[in-house]
Amino acid sequence: MNHTVYEKIRNNPSFSQLTHSRSRFGWGLSLVLLLVYFGFIATLAFAPQYLSKPIGSGFLSVGIFAGIGIILLCFFLTGLYVHKANGEFDTLSDSVYDALRED
Amino acid sequence: MRETSMSAIIMFFVFVIAILMVTFWAAKRTRTAKDFYVSGGRIKGLQNALAISGDYMSAASFLGVSGLVYLKGFDGLIYSVGFLVGWPIILFLIAEQLRNLGKHTFAGVISYRLQQKPIRVLAAIGSITTVLVYLTAQIIGAGKLIEVLFGLPYELAVVCVGILMMLYVAFGGVLATTWVQIIKAIFLLSGASFMAYMILNYLDFSFDTLFESAVFIRDTDAIMGSGGLIEDPISAISLGVALMFGTAGLPHILMRFFSVGNAKESRKAIFYATGFIGYFYILTFIIGFGAIILVSTNPQYLDLAQTSLIGGENMVAIHLSHAVGGELFMGFISAVAFTTILAVVSGLTLAGASAISHDLYANVFAKDDTDEMQEMRVLRYAILALGSTAIIFGIAFKEQNIAYLVGLAFAIAASANFPILFLSLYWKKLTTRGAIVGGYLGLTTVIILIILGPVVWGEIINGDALKAIFPYRYPALFSMGVAFFGIWLFSITDTSLEARKEREAYDQQFVRAQSGIEF
Repeated sequence: MNHTVYEKIRNNPSFSQLTHSRSRFGWGLSLVLLLVYFGFIATLAFAPQYLSKPIGSGFLSVGIFAGIGIILLCFFLTGLYVHKANGEFDTLSDSVYDALRED
Repeated sequence: MRETSMSAIIMFFVFVIAILMVTFWAAKRTRTAKDFYVSGGRIKGLQNALAISGDYMSAASFLGVSGLVYLKGFDGLIYSVGFLVGWPIILFLIAEQLRNLGKHTFAGVISYRLQQKPIRVLAAIGSITTVLVYLTAQIIGAGKLIEVLFGLPYELAVVCVGILMMLYVAFGGVLATTWVQIIKAIFLLSGASFMAYMILNYLDFSFDTLFESAVFIRDTDAIMGSGGLIEDPISAISLGVALMFGTAGLPHILMRFFSVGNAKESRKAIFYATGFIGYFYILTFIIGFGAIILVSTNPQYLDLAQTSLIGGENMVAIHLSHAVGGELFMGFISAVAFTTILAVVSGLTLAGASAISHDLYANVFAKDDTDEMQEMRVLRYAILALGSTAIIFGIAFKEQNIAYLVGLAFAIAASANFPILFLSLYWKKLTTRGAIVGGYLGLTTVIILIILGPVVWGEIINGDALKAIFPYRYPALFSMGVAFFGIWLFSITDTSLEARKEREAYDQQFVRAQSGIEF
């Protein structure tokens, strides 16, 4: 265990920016998904009759619409995260590396 | 009732043999133990995405979910949604840190700052239990498939599948199973797409007609909403929790996150995989509804009494393939389903067996003198032991719904593995004592509740679900709660010297997990 390297990383401003923005973003997206999913589960648990209601004049029901919607939401949120992680977060992470290499 | 078809069987064999040849070709290139576990980091993003999807699109997903949708409509979608929602959470909160910590397995991650020996034993036991239940579900699917296709007795079919699977993993390793996963994922996605296309083509591409016809044939609109799969609010929440958090505790899925060398590529792999899996679940939903229209109304797919499907509801997708594409296409889909099961089972067996050889044997029992040759030998014995147990379970649980059994594997993973994994990354005060006590509490609680529940104590032992001692089919809400509480209580009350060191080590683990820099 090399304490100087550890201290250097921890005190690097890019590192704290990276950890803060990444964890805020990760938790934010997780919260959106958890709320939507457990909203769906709560409806299933406490008001299941609402799920079989048709949307508009067609046959598609609220439950089926919501289920497919959550599948699409997963894909969308994952894409959002990957886009941000491969861009912004990797740039920050690279600058932590660069700072170490310069020393 | 339809006869077993020669052309379907020939097509089945041609396809299965082609896939096995790829396995043996890949096996020749597997040299070291590291190759065996994680393909030496040589797998690229899109390949890994297909392999991950391959691992996930198991017999339960394809046969089980389409069967459940056929039987219950909307209720099947609850499983599809639940199987997918865990993915993004792993990516957002767990995956980055795992790869930055540079550990091979679930056990490796959680023992990063805790005591190696007891933690690895716990992790191995948790992994093995999860894997066994998951394996059982797959092997039941394979047994039913062979039973329907060849007209063999179910028990014989299960034994054949089990032996084939053991040979396959013992000689191929993860590189071989990776290639099978990739090829099979492509065939499964295209086969399922074709089936969904044919259904929609038949209905002039109108989803309204799809739902309207299905409701008309069933003579009830119960299939459009919650229709009896979930009996009460507690069950709904408990199933929801298990599916959401179980994914992160599945050892064979976690292993996959390490297969890609480059961080950007591995993130893209998860993104593509989420797309493939989501698309696939939408297809299984269309297939299930389509089967209500095309299979349930056709007497050749029903048994002699004309009351239920040949081979049961798990064979819906197979019958539908015959309905839309004839004998040859049915042979193709059966072969894809079979290799799907074989490949998933191999991935699972390998994850379970490597928990035994890598975590139990190499790090615990033979810590001082172990070499790769010896570890590989233990790995092969472990494969044999797991395979045989799964065969026995597959026969004992033969009447169970396979999607439900996979749900149980998720419940175990969510109770025994997920809490420790999550807290080891996010909670500084976690100590070895807390992890051990809470982990075993979660694991034993979930196993006891499964045994006392409506399926094992009720249906299997006493022949009536109502005779169960524990009333709920889905135990995760209780057992995961017990695990978290146990870990919390026995960590905060731990004042030992080791506990202090473990808490101090958290800051360094955090920096490594966030930066990926070794120091």
